[in-house]
Amino acid sequence: MSGDAAREARADAAAPSPYLAHHFPSMAAQLETSKLGLWLFLGSEVLFFSGLFTAYGVFRANHWALFHYAHHFLDWRMGALNTVVLVSSNLTAAWSVRSAQLGDRRGLLRNLALTLVLASVFLVVKYFEYSHKLHNGVGWGAACHPSAEILASLPDAARALPVPRDLGVFFSVYYVMTGLHGIHVLVGMGLYLWLLTRASRGHFGAGYYVPVDAVALYWHLVDLIWIFLFPLLYLIG
Amino acid sequence: MRPIVNQPSKHGAGEPAAPHVMSPRALLGTAGALLALTAFTVASSRVNLGEWNVVVALAVACTKATLVALFFMHLRYESRVQAVVVGSAVLFAVLFVAFVVFDTTQYQPDIREAAERIPAKAP
Repeated sequence: MSGDAAREARADAAAPSPYLAHHFPSMAAQLETSKLGLWLFLGSEVLFFSGLFTAYGVFRANHWALFHYAHHFLDWRMGALNTVVLVSSNLTAAWSVRSAQLGDRRGLLRNLALTLVLASVFLVVKYFEYSHKLHNGVGWGAACHPSAEILASLPDAARALPVPRDLGVFFSVYYVMTGLHGIHVLVGMGLYLWLLTRASRGHFGAGYYVPVDAVALYWHLVDLIWIFLFPLLYLIG
Repeated sequence: MRPIVNQPSKHGAGEPAAPHVMSPRALLGTAGALLALTAFTVASSRVNLGEWNVVVALAVACTKATLVALFFMHLRYESRVQAVVVGSAVLFAVLFVAFVVFDTTQYQPDIREAAERIPAKAP
C-alpha cells in the first residue's frame, strides 16, 4: 500500500488497519500467523547451528587436552564482557516490544537505538579479539602458527607444554562458530536500523508491532547461541 | 465470507488478541538472573571438577536459555503451537549432537589402536 493510501485509510477509523495484509481476516490472525512463521524460522536456525555444535562435540570428545590447551588463547574477560553486552541488549530488545505494545513511541525509539548501539559494542569487542589473534598468527586450520609473543602471554601451566600440532582444529571451530554468530549480529544490526527508521515514521503502536516483536525474537535467538558459545569456547575447565 | 484459516481460538472472530505485555519487574528480573548465572558459570570454570566442569557449564547454559525463551521471548504466554515448534527443533538438535558424539567416542579407541599398529613414517 502506498504512503498516501495508508494515510487515507488511517483517516477513516472504520477502515481496517493500513498494515493488515489483504490475505488475513484480522490483525489478530496476522499477528499469530507471523509469530508461527517466525518460530519455524527460529527452529530452523537451531537446527542450522546444531551442525556446528556437533562438529564442536566431535572435536572436543576426541581432542580433550587440545581444547583445554587452546582455550588459554581466549580471554574470558572479553567473552564475559560480551555476554553482559548481549544480555543488556536483550533487555532493551524485550523492552522495545513492551514499549510498542503500550504505544510508547519515545520509549520504543530509545530501546531500539540502545539495542543497536549494544550490538555494535559486541562486534567492536569481537573485532579486537579477532585482530589480536590474527596479528599473532593464531589463524584457523593449517594457518595456525602462534607467535612467541602470544605464547609468552599464556598461563604458566600452558606455557610449559609444547604447542600441539593440530591447534588449528580448535581455531577452525572457534572462527566458524563465532564468525557465523557475528554475521547474525550484523544482520540483527541491519534489522534494528530498519526498525528505527520505521518507528521514527510512527509505524508502530499497540495495534501493529509485528516487526518489532519478530526482530526481538530473532535477537533473543542470537543471544541464545552466545549463551552456549561462551562457556564452550572460553571456559573450558 | 467467513475466514477459515488462522483464527486464534482463544479470541472471538475479528476481535484483536490481547497481547501479553511483560512487566518491567519481569524483564529486569530475567536480565538480573542471566547476569547472576553468567557470574556463576565463570566462577565454576575456575574450580577443577574434571569432566563435570562441562556438565555444570551446559546445565547453567540450558537454564539461561530457558529463562530467555520463557520470559524475553514470552514463550510462556504464547499458544502451545509455538512451544511445539521450537521444542521439536531443540529435541532434534540434542539428538543430533548427542548421538554423533556417542558414536565418535565409541569407535575412537579402535582408531587409536589401529594407528599404533601402523609404523610411523620416517621423517
